[in-house]
Amino acid sequence: MAEPLTRTPKGWDRLSPPSKVAITLHVNDVPRTLTIASWTTLLDALRNDLGLTGTKKGCDHGQCGACTVLVDGRRVNSCLVLAIMMNDARVTTVEGLAKDGALHPVQQAFIDHDAFQCGYCTPGQIMSAVALISEGRARNADEIRELMSGNICRCGAYPRIVAAIQQAMAAMESKP
Amino acid sequence: MINFRYTRATDVGDAVRQIAAEPKAKFIAGGTNILDLMKYEVEQPTQLIDISHLPLRIIEEVPSGGLRIGALVPNSDLAYHPLIEARYPILSSAILAGASQQLRNMASTGGNLMQRTRCFYFYDTVTPCNKREPGSGCSAIEGINRINAILGTSEACIATHPSDMCVALAALEATVHVIGPSGERAIPFADFHRLPGGTPEIDTNLAPDEIIMAVELPPQGFASHYSYLKIRDRLSYAFALVSAAAALELDGGRIAEARLALGGVAHKPWRRVEAEAALRGEVPDRAAFAKAADILLRGSCGFAHNGFKIGLAHRVIERTLMQAAHGTPQIQAIKKIR
Ligand SMILES: Cc1cc2nc3c(=O)[nH]c(=O)nc-3n(C[C@H](O)[C@H](O)[C@H](O)COP(=O)(O)OP(=O)(O)OC[C@H]3O[C@@H](n4cnc5c(N)ncnc54)[C@H](O)[C@@H]3O)c2cc1C
Ligand code: SF4
Ligand code: FES
Ligand code: FES
Repeated sequence: MAEPLTRTPKGWDRLSPPSKVAITLHVNDVPRTLTIASWTTLLDALRNDLGLTGTKKGCDHGQCGACTVLVDGRRVNSCLVLAIMMNDARVTTVEGLAKDGALHPVQQAFIDHDAFQCGYCTPGQIMSAVALISEGRARNADEIRELMSGNICRCGAYPRIVAAIQQAMAAMESKP
Repeated sequence: MINFRYTRATDVGDAVRQIAAEPKAKFIAGGTNILDLMKYEVEQPTQLIDISHLPLRIIEEVPSGGLRIGALVPNSDLAYHPLIEARYPILSSAILAGASQQLRNMASTGGNLMQRTRCFYFYDTVTPCNKREPGSGCSAIEGINRINAILGTSEACIATHPSDMCVALAALEATVHVIGPSGERAIPFADFHRLPGGTPEIDTNLAPDEIIMAVELPPQGFASHYSYLKIRDRLSYAFALVSAAAALELDGGRIAEARLALGGVAHKPWRRVEAEAALRGEVPDRAAFAKAADILLRGSCGFAHNGFKIGLAHRVIERTLMQAAHGTPQIQAIKKIR
């Protein structure tokens, strides 16, 4: 990422500098308190303030899904969420999926199927797939593709991503 | 993004008071459109009033037999609600044809109605655009206008309204319940969005100090004969080039009632009661559908890159009506058009 931190927003001089606000986010089951400006997105808060760089910034406009995280269990594009609106929310990022050193079945399935090339879209794909499985709306490959369409993969790993999700879905169904 | 003041509305009355007090304030619900536009500095509110915590998240049956959908019901919850799936499947289908699951989880019912055009120049702050900067000119008319409107355009603006959900709501003849400083009012869906005329900066007939509280669906949901068909440049996660919502009630092999609305072609969901009247009493066949398409598209006019939309719209109307008549609605996960 080009360094956005030193960039002075256009129109800065027209308004007083931002007053910062303290919020608490329950990130991967750990309460984290941080002080942010009103315009800080959840994505920037995770990456810049909390150092959780697993969540990626692709487009910053809701168009790619690289920034997908779970908020209170639902998948969202963290680039279009204001952190200030999320006080007290439960946020799950890709860093929070593995438990006791064991990968989440979706993470394992992505490795088993080699479901990535450059890997930039992968955290978003994995978070989206975790939510897709818990939503329980996708029963076949067509439905997986449609309900994963909010995650773009520029390397075109789609067939393997679908296969990985099918494996994880079967694995998670057999042991709930 | 320019700096802004963040406030929270404590209740609907407080939201109205706050917006009435600051002309440059905006509401934020799901944030998926307003934040996108603020990052481009297309929108520059001095204050964001967070309404996302207001108790407008319920879907309830109303005495008339219809349903009342709170303005903050997320698009995904609405699409998957059992009463919507059972009684208004055209609305479910249209919602699921739009955006992505992540965005639908965030996007609210009210925000979907209020989302702004995706015209390239509206987003591009170095080019003239009457909608963004009244009086500066329209870059699309002589520019890249593949995605722009073919109906109801003006010399000032040829933008389209990008919503899928609103096309179904237009076909269902929903009502929008709003409240402002002078009280509540109900706006028929057909009058909610407007044509650009000489004031394209105004998208809707909602006053700047009013808030949407709910959208009400009338009892008739056309659950047996409906379809929503959306044609776009890629198979998912893209805005409509042309879309159609068709709903029919059949009686003894003839059309007893018809609804037909188009997306991607105008500044609002495009409906003409004359086209629907022409279908009533007819046998649901291709000739009747073509006639309705002719009426609905009468006066359409393409620009350098979007003339194809006229023929496309014709075919989409016929096909969507056919799907509705046969009881074989377009399935959004299966891309094959039956
Ligand atoms: C990449 C991308 C793809 C998309 N694809 C599609 C698509 O294919 N089809 C489609 O239909 N949509 C699509 N969308 C648009 C999406 O549906 C809208 O952004 C969303 O519905 C807006 O709802 P929101 O709650 O997030 O609105 P916000 O961004 O919170 O608000 C939008 C506007 O509505 C106003 N507002 C919100 N609630 C109220 C209220 N209760 N009363 C008065 N004013 C209110 C706000 O002040 C603001 O001006 C897409 C969006 C993105 C980013
Ligand atoms: S069509 Fe409308 S939104 Fe697009 S450039 Fe012209 S005035 Fe702006
Ligand atoms: S970075 Fe959020 S969708 Fe692309
Ligand atoms: S693996 Fe490279 S973008 Fe998906």
